[in-house]
Amino acid sequence: MIVTTEKLTKRYGDRAVVDEVSLSVRRGEVYGFLGPNGAGKTTTIRMLLGLVRPTSGTASVLGEAPGTPRALLKVGSLIEGPGFYPYLSGRDNLRVHAARRGVGRPHVEAALEQVDLVGAANEKFRRYSLGMKQRLGVAAALLGQPELLILDEPTNGLDPAGMADMRDLVRALASQGQTVLLSSHLLGEVEEICDRVGVISQGRLVAESTVEQLRGDTVLLIRADPIEKAHVLIEGSSLHGDVLHVRETDAGSLVRTLVHADVDVQEVRPLRRTLEEVFFEMTGVA
Amino acid sequence: MGSVKAELLRLWKWPATWVLIGVWLVMTLTFGYLFNYLALNGGTNTRDLSQQQLISAMQPENVGAAVVRGLPMFGGAIILVLAALAVGSGYGWGTWKTTLTAGPRRISAMAGTLGALAIIVVLLVALTFVVNLGAAITVASVEGWDWSLPGAGVLEPLAASLLIAAMWTGFGVFLGVVTKGPALAVGLGLMWAIVTENLLRGVGSLLGPVESLTKVLPGGSAGNLAGAVGGSGAPGVLTDLGGTTAALFLVGYVVVFLGAATLLKVRRDLV
Ligand SMILES: Nc1ncnc2c1ncn2[C@@H]1O[C@H](COP(=O)(O)OP(=O)(O)OP(=O)(O)O)[C@@H](O)[C@H]1O
Ligand SMILES: [Mg+2]
Repeated sequence: MIVTTEKLTKRYGDRAVVDEVSLSVRRGEVYGFLGPNGAGKTTTIRMLLGLVRPTSGTASVLGEAPGTPRALLKVGSLIEGPGFYPYLSGRDNLRVHAARRGVGRPHVEAALEQVDLVGAANEKFRRYSLGMKQRLGVAAALLGQPELLILDEPTNGLDPAGMADMRDLVRALASQGQTVLLSSHLLGEVEEICDRVGVISQGRLVAESTVEQLRGDTVLLIRADPIEKAHVLIEGSSLHGDVLHVRETDAGSLVRTLVHADVDVQEVRPLRRTLEEVFFEMTGVA
Repeated sequence: MGSVKAELLRLWKWPATWVLIGVWLVMTLTFGYLFNYLALNGGTNTRDLSQQQLISAMQPENVGAAVVRGLPMFGGAIILVLAALAVGSGYGWGTWKTTLTAGPRRISAMAGTLGALAIIVVLLVALTFVVNLGAAITVASVEGWDWSLPGAGVLEPLAASLLIAAMWTGFGVFLGVVTKGPALAVGLGLMWAIVTENLLRGVGSLLGPVESLTKVLPGGSAGNLAGAVGGSGAPGVLTDLGGTTAALFLVGYVVVFLGAATLLKVRRDLV
């Protein structure tokens, strides 16, 4: 386990902003931390980095207590937007960060290369576009090849192309075995790049599983004529208006059965609940 | 060590560092030498006695006093602004967050900031000395005075200058951490250094207890130390306390300000 938390809780006043969250991130996976605005994602991540002290509960990051040098040196993070000196160039900002992390000059150049900022490395951070700022944040997180990368809403504020670039970057890192904890309020994003998901709503972890498990079994949608006959023929099917839903994965045998019985098959396709539907079901936000 | 290097790198490349140091050097030259020189040469109502004082104040020998007398109030205010900005800005920029998640313990990160600020402030005092000495030698040569370089006695006012600068640095750091931002820290600090203590001194002439208090407030202690090591003729310089007493109060302020700021930095959640 790279990260585990046990009933991690943070209260502000008498409001539990993070409420008994127990989650686990495994080595080599991209873990999606999914929740709407204000759900407690950033607060949880702050606790994993020792920026915020939990009110109760415990967390362990790479086997160490959060916020200790032994934990922090093995974690690279970007929390709620990049924090850099506006008057320094991108490269100088990374050099400052590298000095703090105790890594050398070559790492700075490698990180700039990884996020494709070499061309703009000498420009002042203040003049960077939002996407460049965000990428510099990721570059800083990558300094010193951390075992765990924590990215808090890394696509926040990016245009579609920028978002796609960021996702490609995360996927490329993941394919090299990088463990990533990525928070997001975008379901599509999590669906696209994450192996497992923790869903948080109003401070509580309401689900933790693989993306597939969360979505549930595959359901086939069948459009056929006459539909009533098909309904009788296919065991366990349910009629929804003029289509059938059936929990079945072998579409071929279904079609053969129908065709043999002289039923016209017009359409057969998997009906997958999107994470969005699952999410709304669980969080009760619609 | 990495923390000091990192902080020094970013303070060194920070335009504000050099703007503030530059402004201070121009101020000290203008008030310490330029105006005195003009008064000496073109002043209409200068009496003999004050002429002697002006000449003495500009002698290269007395450069130590020239350095220290500017620091209790205006120099101190500039140092306070530098420290408050250096620490306070990090909250708005989000750089404290980056710093505290980089690896080193919070106390090391804070020590890095303080170490780098110390280097910058020592540099500021050293530059003040060098620039004042240069101006003094220039004036003395142009005027054709008999002059000599300062002796070992200059070390006392220079040490006092460093202690006064350290106190104002600590005050600025403390305000930056407490207010978690540059604006309020600078505002409160400037008000305290330039307005509040002076107002209290005004009230002090009417109320005995307030008067005793003003002597040992941060600016008061700084002014008294400056006065005790030969500084004179600048706003904020006082002669109500002995040098040792004033120095002890200043050491106390440095310890309290930096101790409190570090404790807050280490213990408080960063959100
Ligand atoms: N210092 C604080 N004091 C009081 N309440 C706070 C504090 N920090 C956060 N909160 C509250 O905690 C809740 C969760 O905040 P958090 O930033 O963790 O949410 P999030 O899931 O990251 O949301 P977003 O998607 O908008 O970034 C919010 O309602 C916020 O108002
Ligand atoms: Mg957030």
